[in-house]
Amino acid sequence: MTMDVVQLQRKLREHQAAMFQQGFLDDQFSQLQKLQDESTPDFVIEVITMFFDDSENLLKNMARCLEQVPVDFKQIDAHAHQYKGSSASIGAARVKNVCATFRAFCEAKNLEGCMRCLSQLQQEYSLLKNALQYLFNLQQQIKAAGGSIPTQ
Amino acid sequence: MESCNCIDPQVPADDLLMKYQYISDFFIALAYFSIPLELIYFVKKSAVFPYRWVLVQFGAFIVLCGATHLINLWTFRIHSRTVAVVMTTAKVLTAVVSCATALMLVHIIPDLLSVKTRELFLKNKAAELDREMGLIRTQEETGRHVRMLTHEIRSTLDRHTILKTTLVELGRTLALEECALWMPTRTGLELQLSYTLRQQNPVGYTVPIHLPVINQVFSSNRAVKISPNCPVARLRPYAGKYMPGAVVAVRVPLLHLSNFQIYDWPEVSTRSYALMVLMLPSDSARQWHVHELELVEVVADQVAVALSHAAILEESMRARDQLIEQNVALDLARREAETAIRARNDFLAVMNHEMRTPMHAVIALSSLLQETDLTAEQRLMVETILKSSNLLATLINDVLDLSRLEDGSLQLEAATFNLHSLFREVLNLIKPVASVKKLSLTSHVASDLPMYAIGDEKRLMQTILNVVGNAVKFSKEGCISITAFVAKPESFRDARIPDFLPVPSDNHFYLRVQVKDSGSGINPQDIPKLFTKFAQNQSLTRNPAGSGLGLAICRRFVNLMEGHIWVESEGIGKGCTVTFIVKLGIPDRSNEFKLPFVPKVPGNHGSTNFAGLKVLVMDDNGVSRTVTKGLLMHLGCDVTTASSSEECLRVVSLEHEVVFMDVCTGLDGYELAVRIHEKFTKHQDRPLIVALTGNTKKVTKENCMRVGMDGLILKPVSVDKMRGVLSELLERRVLFESV
Repeated sequence: MTMDVVQLQRKLREHQAAMFQQGFLDDQFSQLQKLQDESTPDFVIEVITMFFDDSENLLKNMARCLEQVPVDFKQIDAHAHQYKGSSASIGAARVKNVCATFRAFCEAKNLEGCMRCLSQLQQEYSLLKNALQYLFNLQQQIKAAGGSIPTQ
Repeated sequence: MESCNCIDPQVPADDLLMKYQYISDFFIALAYFSIPLELIYFVKKSAVFPYRWVLVQFGAFIVLCGATHLINLWTFRIHSRTVAVVMTTAKVLTAVVSCATALMLVHIIPDLLSVKTRELFLKNKAAELDREMGLIRTQEETGRHVRMLTHEIRSTLDRHTILKTTLVELGRTLALEECALWMPTRTGLELQLSYTLRQQNPVGYTVPIHLPVINQVFSSNRAVKISPNCPVARLRPYAGKYMPGAVVAVRVPLLHLSNFQIYDWPEVSTRSYALMVLMLPSDSARQWHVHELELVEVVADQVAVALSHAAILEESMRARDQLIEQNVALDLARREAETAIRARNDFLAVMNHEMRTPMHAVIALSSLLQETDLTAEQRLMVETILKSSNLLATLINDVLDLSRLEDGSLQLEAATFNLHSLFREVLNLIKPVASVKKLSLTSHVASDLPMYAIGDEKRLMQTILNVVGNAVKFSKEGCISITAFVAKPESFRDARIPDFLPVPSDNHFYLRVQVKDSGSGINPQDIPKLFTKFAQNQSLTRNPAGSGLGLAICRRFVNLMEGHIWVESEGIGKGCTVTFIVKLGIPDRSNEFKLPFVPKVPGNHGSTNFAGLKVLVMDDNGVSRTVTKGLLMHLGCDVTTASSSEECLRVVSLEHEVVFMDVCTGLDGYELAVRIHEKFTKHQDRPLIVALTGNTKKVTKENCMRVGMDGLILKPVSVDKMRGVLSELLERRVLFESV
């Protein structure tokens, strides 16, 4: 039992460090973790879950707007702006950066660039979602084994 | 018988013969008697004659022989029996003595021959002694000549005089026709005619140094006879008609010139020689004598010694002159230093008594003015006056600290302080100045930087303020970034600080702060001058009106904190990066939880407990709204949220003290601010309206100020940042973060 907890904790630490190192997360995610305490034990998961829902809605809406003829760049820019704010709030740095590029292409009414950014956004979101879900899975296993989740 | 006349004609013949015999016997007897007298005389003269007995025998022999011949005089006539007896006796004695003498001579002849040999030996010996006496006299005269020459040569320490005197004295002593001195040229490949006894102005006459005759002379330390026709000897046409005089040459050792820093001599690194050539008069039968050659050799050695002394003297004279110059310079420097000290003391007195007090008055009055009812613009101006006054007061204190730094009396005051809070204070102090110049100011403090550290907080803040203040001062546009993180050991391997390799430990670490601007930049050649206090070099474009004081103080503080500071710039107009590393202590972990959690917030609002503070958050982004709400609730606030302007306007009430609103969605946020103002007619009843934005454009800030917002915060917002923001807002009721 103790050996499993120690291994899980080490694995969690390594995974989280890798996410920071590869740029998926930035300091804002650490700030988010600091807000979790006894009164709000599931704050991080709640915010991330909300982010996942927002992301899927926004990506769907942006894809639909790009299929319209003529393309409503202003509407797409609003979605990209919204997505940029969400990703910045949770510290999803790579997603935030692609949103910024996306907005530049919307400003320039560059359809090809927008299409490329949307595709890249979908890929980045998918990678981030898998990594975060793995992170939360490890945390759940540690809690189930009676251990404490290590801070960064 | 007398009557017989027939034999009478034979009597005259016998008579003549008898007369002849008679005369001869007489002379024989005379000679025989004189020889002993000569022998006696000879023996008296030579006192060492060893054979006196033989001499007596010989004398007796001679005397007896004379006696027999004398007696014969009476035997020519009829003689008596007595005469016959005497004659017989005499002859018998003569026979005996003659035989004895003959036998004795057999023994003494070898001795006499030996005496003769010894006489010859003595004669030769005498001749030899006579020659040696002559030689001794000659050598004595030579020695006298040498002493006289040496005295003349070494009576001066001037090289030119030494060489000229040598030639003159040699010419006089040896009655030379010509004497010449060849010196090696600077290249060392030729010999140049430098001095002559009679020929005038022998300039530019050179011969190759590798001539066989020169090699012959240089390879020997003796005077060498050379041909009168060789190049170094044929200086001019023959003065005589028949034959030139005999010529000798000798080498003169020169100094190892590299051992002496004599700049006007040829710079040759190997041992070299000069060549001295001496010519006897033409048409004379004179030849070089051994003692004359010896004289020449001795003189050559003396010349070498004299030249060496001359060189040493020249070097010592030069060293003396140099020391005199250095002493003059030192005296001047000492007087300048004394003047500088007096000037500094006067300046410090002025700073202390005449500038600090009025500055305190300005600061106090500005603080009082800040508490009155002001518009946002007026408040910003008063804030700027206050910050500038504080900066100026800091500069005055810098000057006073500098004097203590210089005499070593300043000591760091180590205490535990909040490191993150320190950087927030720096930002709060610099932002008003930066905003006036419309500069973007960003700060990044690494998350792994310890929250608390042990060190001199005041001096560390002063250093950071100096560096950041300079960046703001010399930037007309663009951005300034402040980065702070723990210096890793690998980052110490920097070419700029090769000797700086400290290692962090469990109780201390190294803080690295980097301030980067896009300002006027510095010529890389002028960077070293930045740390020189009061440098007023006109070519330093970065200091057109500055005193160059801050960086000098920064360096001293950083050095006191066991760190290092340096400046990088690619050139004029290329911006500037100032980096420094300082050593800070890490508080013991056992004491970590005992430290009071009191962030350094200026003003009277010392409490960070926002329990019960009613805050309204308006953000149409659900995720952002949730994060901001969580952050405020974490700080103890009572948070209400709204997802649209209409909802916000409907919910906002007198109970809310602060309204945070997102202004990224077009004009909706600005319209909301205006309507909130309209809703609350009294200023003191209105909640503080703070914009939240991720937009770094200047127009956003201008729009916020125009519609009467009280603050602008850049997202993302961390816990510490929000805590500082709330404290600042409740304290000053205004906070515009630089964008």
